[in-house]
Amino acid sequence: MKIKRHTIYGYLFILPWLIGFLLLVMWPMAQSFYYSLNSMRITPVGLQFRYVGLNNYLDVWLKDMFFLQELLGFALNTLLRVPVIVVFALIIAVLLNQQIKFKGTFRTIFFLPVIVASGPVINQLIDQGATSIPLVNQDIIIGLLAQIFPLFIASVVADLFSQIIVILWYSGVQILIFLAVLQKIDPSLYEAAKIDGGSSWECFWKITLPTIKPIVLINMVYTLVSLANSGQNPIIELIYANMFDATRGYGFASAMAWMYAIIIGIMLIIMALAFRERKTKRAF
Amino acid sequence: MTVKHKASLTGVMRSQSVSWKEKWRIIKAKLARFLFGFNDRKGFLLKVVIYTLLLCIGFVYLYPMLYMFITSMMPLSDLLDSAVRWIPSNLYTENYQQAFSVMNIRNSLFGSVVIAFVPTLFQVVVASLVGYGFARFDFPLKRLLFGLMLFSFIIPPQILMMPTYRLFSELGLTGSLNAFWIPAALGQGINSTIFILIFYQFFKQTPKSLYEAAEVDGAGPFISFFRIAIPMAVPAFLVSFLFSFVWYWNETYLTTLYLTSQSTDITTILLQLQQFEQNYETLYPAAENNASRINEGIKMAGTVISVLPLLIIYFFLQKHFVESVDRTGITGE
Repeated sequence: MKIKRHTIYGYLFILPWLIGFLLLVMWPMAQSFYYSLNSMRITPVGLQFRYVGLNNYLDVWLKDMFFLQELLGFALNTLLRVPVIVVFALIIAVLLNQQIKFKGTFRTIFFLPVIVASGPVINQLIDQGATSIPLVNQDIIIGLLAQIFPLFIASVVADLFSQIIVILWYSGVQILIFLAVLQKIDPSLYEAAKIDGGSSWECFWKITLPTIKPIVLINMVYTLVSLANSGQNPIIELIYANMFDATRGYGFASAMAWMYAIIIGIMLIIMALAFRERKTKRAF
Repeated sequence: MTVKHKASLTGVMRSQSVSWKEKWRIIKAKLARFLFGFNDRKGFLLKVVIYTLLLCIGFVYLYPMLYMFITSMMPLSDLLDSAVRWIPSNLYTENYQQAFSVMNIRNSLFGSVVIAFVPTLFQVVVASLVGYGFARFDFPLKRLLFGLMLFSFIIPPQILMMPTYRLFSELGLTGSLNAFWIPAALGQGINSTIFILIFYQFFKQTPKSLYEAAEVDGAGPFISFFRIAIPMAVPAFLVSFLFSFVWYWNETYLTTLYLTSQSTDITTILLQLQQFEQNYETLYPAAENNASRINEGIKMAGTVISVLPLLIIYFFLQKHFVESVDRTGITGE
């Protein structure tokens, strides 16, 4: 009897979400998959569907000249940015977790980007050149890198430097997450390590990092998803443009969105595999 | 060693009984302790590194803001004058007046506040309910549903965008506030998953015995939710409210989709900022010998205006905010 009551109340509490999920996630997903298999025309009578099978998917790869190019650029960019953002967020969180003076002030400053950063604001700042540090001369960096790497890698890395502020600005939420979990680590662990003669450096690698490893993965996933879904992403603009394109329309755009989603999914799986717990290997 | 209790360094140095070699050794040890620290005390060098890093990174964070504020205060002559870099020659507010009129400030401010506030209210309330449901009760398929919730955060919004847009326009929800608060009330607002996770995490941490005690006293699940769970979750509410408000305020993707393609009067500050240049051209048509062309100062003034309300809210809430981040542990582990 008791179990049954729990079931009823549990479903009662999550009911709004459940309805929303079915109505605004599942149903649109099914619909968009159906669209992607059809060629859609908007006529005065209404929408007209013509079944074309997987042709839309083929067209995304074969007939769209921007998709592949943007996709490669995006993949390369993410590959560089995700580690940079996560490592940076971790460093800042560790610094902010120290016993320092003006802790509150520093925290206020570092959480500022969470509040301020948004598409149009960042666009305006990029336009004005407020997002690159004037002291860093990019031409020199590009020149140096181009000698070592092929040009397309060099330009991506140089791009990283020139947009360092924007990249750092995207790490606000990640800092918050790291900070919250750092504060939960049991201080007695550190005390024990100190008594055994461990230095702070060793403590970081042997205690802090293993403890927060799952959070590192969560942060990487969050970073990847937020980078992939941000309005600044050229692929998203491409999908948006195709949606209202007269010759292509919803069907093609849906297929493109699905292809994009699958690729993001593959990236997430790779990430999760790289970070999975190896249960068999416990050294101590 | 003659001086067993080193009263002070100077005392040791003055005393004749200690040999030079001994003195030198003591100085070295003291210096090493000062620089590298011992036990729990951090060394001076480490402190220097920490503060330098914090200050440098803090500067990187503040630089665009400073640049934005200062440029917005500059008249055209200062912008052109390369000698004026950081301090405007006089207090100049013309930029702001122009930006105010370009952005149609009264309308857009009202629109922004409504669009940020109403869905946030729904979002936070619903997220707390759902989080409580997941945290407190065991029911069949719970794990599956929880997984689906996480999954709904990961799937790209572009997949859902087109059908959702069609659904909304068939129901006649586009072009009004309805397109924003209804998804929020159904737990599908902007980043709803994160808020549900925050509440889930928080309610998981509150001791079970509290609820059991209430149950013994005859409280149903709803009463114990309102009387016990909510009062204890104030930090979680605060964090969620601030984040949700900020995200709705900064949202341009949905607002562009639902508000600009429809004929409606609702507009937001961020939308106005997006179309700032076009609006400026129509309001102040560029004439041949007219000095009132758009310049960086005006654009930055517009940017400052769109950020300022958030900054004000943040500076009022930041103390509670930073504290409650400590206490909520907003991690979705």
